[in-house]
Amino acid sequence: MLKKFDYLQPASLDEALDLLTEHGPAAQPVAGGTDVMIDAKRKKLVADVLVSLRGLKELSYIKQEESRILIGGLTTLRDIERSDLISARLPALADAARNMASVQIRNVATVAGNVVNAAPSADTAPPLLVSGAEVRLKSKSGERTVPLDAFFIGPGKTVLAAGEVLTEFIVPIPDGPYGQAYWKHSRRKAMDLAMVGVAVHLELEADLETCRLARIALGVAAPTPIRTPEAEAKLVGQKITAELLASIGEQSCDETLCRDSLRGEAWYRQEIIRVMVRRMGLSALERARAGRAG
Amino acid sequence: MKKILSFTVNGEPVSLAAEPHWMLLDVLHDHLRLTGAKEGCGMGECGACTVIMDGRTVNSCITPALEAEGTEIVTIEGLLTEDGRLSPLQQSFIDRGAVQCGFCTPGMILSAKALLDENPHPNEDEIRTGLAGNICRCTGYNQIIEAVAAVARKED
Repeated sequence: MLKKFDYLQPASLDEALDLLTEHGPAAQPVAGGTDVMIDAKRKKLVADVLVSLRGLKELSYIKQEESRILIGGLTTLRDIERSDLISARLPALADAARNMASVQIRNVATVAGNVVNAAPSADTAPPLLVSGAEVRLKSKSGERTVPLDAFFIGPGKTVLAAGEVLTEFIVPIPDGPYGQAYWKHSRRKAMDLAMVGVAVHLELEADLETCRLARIALGVAAPTPIRTPEAEAKLVGQKITAELLASIGEQSCDETLCRDSLRGEAWYRQEIIRVMVRRMGLSALERARAGRAG
Repeated sequence: MKKILSFTVNGEPVSLAAEPHWMLLDVLHDHLRLTGAKEGCGMGECGACTVIMDGRTVNSCITPALEAEGTEIVTIEGLLTEDGRLSPLQQSFIDRGAVQCGFCTPGMILSAKALLDENPHPNEDEIRTGLAGNICRCTGYNQIIEAVAAVARKED
């Protein structure tokens, strides 16, 4: 049974922020609605008033500004999937978008919605984490930027405050050669949540062999999407080889809190992480060398 | 409290008073009696409720009705040609045994139409990916994919 809610359609972000402040805890923002409407149908929706951000075209964009990519929070997954700029500069995010849900869902679901919903399995999270993204949060009283690393605090919980909207992702583009890749491990090829998500981002020295910077992020390996900094540190300054990446895969498992769940058991998740960190590392390396990113 | 909702369906303007918590599927299926779009799962997972909104497929069961304001909706009923004949996709589905119980068919055809409108010559992988949001419990999909591929081959 669907909860009866009021549905407001502000014409601008300012109007939306006003409405959110005016209605307080009785209101929440909604974008594509692909998570919120399911909550409403399952009686998990707390808000009585939904403030729709869906019409706010001003928050849907993908652009490059000097050495940063800026992605509007309301950019749909479909637009991310089809963006040449994202494929070239943030291929891990493109990998994620193209493997999420279905065309129908991706046509309306937004990247901010995926991040704010904060499922441990959120597919856009590991790619954005390994890319070093920050999020811009706006409210009626001002704005702040938060590193995505500090955004997730628990399953379904983030630092987004009442009255705030995630308006933009700010992603730095590295100098020099870099590559990144994301693997979504799931039983079905579409319309499935990740059992485990693995993103690897490697920045190389000019010799295209030595690692200058590495980031690894995992989904469904902990209550939130996580980075594995100890494993990352073991790559820096090293010549990247398949053997090294295999040991990094082992190392990153030690930093996880995998558990048994409906979609898979902890031991299996560890196996997949072990293998896919190596494989995504090799993919990132290949992309860096192909000049596809960077 | 109801709000006046106005949009175009299959080229015709409609206007009605809608509750804010109604989904587009409720309006199309129950109020406008365009029963092609169906509730399969009610959660945006099966695609039986698929319609085209401003050129893009959506799951109408999780699309708030008020979001349809000012948009152009195409349902399966809108695919008939001007002289009332089945469209090539519809005919192809029938000719190739891609319809068994028919429950998935309206949504499946609309997803196929959206796919071909964007990519007139998809390969089999692209067809499968394009239809990935539509579940069929009867056919095993092969006839559906062939029906779409056959229409794609004719479009030159």
